[in-house]
Amino acid sequence: MLEELGFAISLLVSGASIGLMYALIALGFVLVYKATDAINFAQGEFVMLAAYAGALTIAATFGASIAGAVVGILVAIAVMVAFSFGLERIVLRPLLGRPVVAVIMATIGLAAILRGLPPITPFGAQTKPLPLPISDLPIDLGFATIPPIQLLGVIVSLLCLGVFTWFFMKSRMGVAMRAVADNQQVAMAMGINVERYFAIAWAMAGIVSALGGIIWGSMLGVDTQLALVGLKVFPVVILGGLDSVAGAVIGGLIVGIVESLAAGYLDPYVGGGTKDFAPYVLMIIMLMFKPYGMFGKRKIERI
Amino acid sequence: MFHREAGNFKTTYDSDMALFPLPLAKWAAGFFLLVFTLIVPFSMHEYYLSVFIQIFIAIVGALGLNILVGYTGQISIGHAAFMSVGAYTAANLAVKLGLPFWLTLPAGGLMAAFIGAIVGIPSLRIKGTYLAIATLASQLIIEWIINHTPAISGGAAASIEVPRPSLFGYQLKSPRELYYFTLFFVVIAIVCTMNLVRSRIGRAFVAIRDQDIAAEIIGINIFRYKLLAFAISSFYAGVCGVLYTYYYSIANYEAFQIVVSIDYLAMIIIGGLGSVLGTILGAIFVTALPYAIREAVNLVGGYIWDTAALSAVAASMKLVIFGALIIFFLVVEPEGLARLWRNIRNYFRVWPFSY
Repeated sequence: MLEELGFAISLLVSGASIGLMYALIALGFVLVYKATDAINFAQGEFVMLAAYAGALTIAATFGASIAGAVVGILVAIAVMVAFSFGLERIVLRPLLGRPVVAVIMATIGLAAILRGLPPITPFGAQTKPLPLPISDLPIDLGFATIPPIQLLGVIVSLLCLGVFTWFFMKSRMGVAMRAVADNQQVAMAMGINVERYFAIAWAMAGIVSALGGIIWGSMLGVDTQLALVGLKVFPVVILGGLDSVAGAVIGGLIVGIVESLAAGYLDPYVGGGTKDFAPYVLMIIMLMFKPYGMFGKRKIERI
Repeated sequence: MFHREAGNFKTTYDSDMALFPLPLAKWAAGFFLLVFTLIVPFSMHEYYLSVFIQIFIAIVGALGLNILVGYTGQISIGHAAFMSVGAYTAANLAVKLGLPFWLTLPAGGLMAAFIGAIVGIPSLRIKGTYLAIATLASQLIIEWIINHTPAISGGAAASIEVPRPSLFGYQLKSPRELYYFTLFFVVIAIVCTMNLVRSRIGRAFVAIRDQDIAAEIIGINIFRYKLLAFAISSFYAGVCGVLYTYYYSIANYEAFQIVVSIDYLAMIIIGGLGSVLGTILGAIFVTALPYAIREAVNLVGGYIWDTAALSAVAASMKLVIFGALIIFFLVVEPEGLARLWRNIRNYFRVWPFSY
């Protein structure tokens, strides 16, 4: 009995920590959707690109040291911000005002490009390590153990949640961004530079993706498979609501825990793979009954 | 198709909506039919015939997707999953019950249509982004179910070997015979689609695409037509999957993964959303391009990449070029190759007296 309880608790803890790391990636998605109404189907590829930038920089400079990690993170952030700015400018701005299908397809195309790039560049297709100066030994919390990298992911994720909640609630820019999200024309009439805020939203998504890329890349190793993490973003954001920062975190927690429980309890019966499957079933149920998620804003359509 | 407008006055709705508005269009269609039935199969090498077969199969699937995305405006990222439903249905019927292809083919299509209609149910409440994500989920869920149900997938490798189709006791084996087999179905698919989109159903689809609330107000039953669009589109996908299965004589889920869904989306976007001609052009382009890329990579790739990695390089190159083309067409020419063709045609229509 006690052993079973311990098993359940360890599943819950690992699920929750992985879930918060999903939330970090989902946050990039939510930030863009919230401000610009654009769907980023390439979020996983963003994370992959950031991880490549981090891994290659760390390998080229100081290796697995604190200096290396700092340089790697800074370069990853710089690369992602530049990339997001460029993307917004070249691809997404011409698509403003076009059907939502166009933006979805453009990001799917972008995802294909990013996934195809590593094997044809000189960096090659083989998996690269992304060493951070932290130990590999699991930390014992008393009731469960957790790898340090996951703990780091949880801390970064919660920090981002705090920062972005504050940003949207209190800062001048955040309020302006909410205004842009709410009604672009009115925001424009109030003297807000809408295009600039679109670019800023993409840049923020780039920063979050860079942090997510460093952490996920360090945990799983850097190759094109890393982009598959992006597939987990959709259940997370649908559960939480596409435009809610807090929803991303809670959706992430739910997805992580469901995944971990499914893997722990169902896998022995159906022969594996429930981990990738359960969140999507949950998501379909959510879409049927509450399509705008737990915290998402309802859209009222007018002709 | 080709136009000469002088002296062509339409006095009835029937003539305005005719399948071939001009005699020239009829001749052109006849010409192409002649080329593809008599000249191509006897003048081409078998290697090129196999490319043609794949193009034909792709046209069937892409037409289905274009009915859904291009005409009805409901995005689907799960098209390949419906193909796999058709493929596995037909494969199981053909192997376990020994049914001939003229029964398994519609059965595969109907099964896919049924599953497609179920997947389409959420489209009544959600649209755009949410629908895209829902269809993505159905792609992953269908893939997982097929893969984890030995009764459907036929065991560990999730693949079923299927005998080639036989007609009146004669088994179609050579590429030329399979060429005619697929050509027959692609002609049917094209004619059906052209007729569908100019019918009452097709116009209801277009009304839903343009503004679904307005369509509902003018009396179109949204519930019925959205589900119908999903069912019809999935029927085409199912038939496409069955044709793949018979052509490769194996049903394997790896041929129907999410990448394939994206290939089909690329076909209709590059070709032109809401255009039958565009679908055909897009299917030709997207199916033939990997062959061209592979040739090019094999030709010059040895100087740049490791020779052992060339096939992986060609696959990645395909992804990059497809992605770039999707973005290029979306940004620069949203109406795709069909629009380019129309521009060329309009230029030559009054050429050389364009003023």
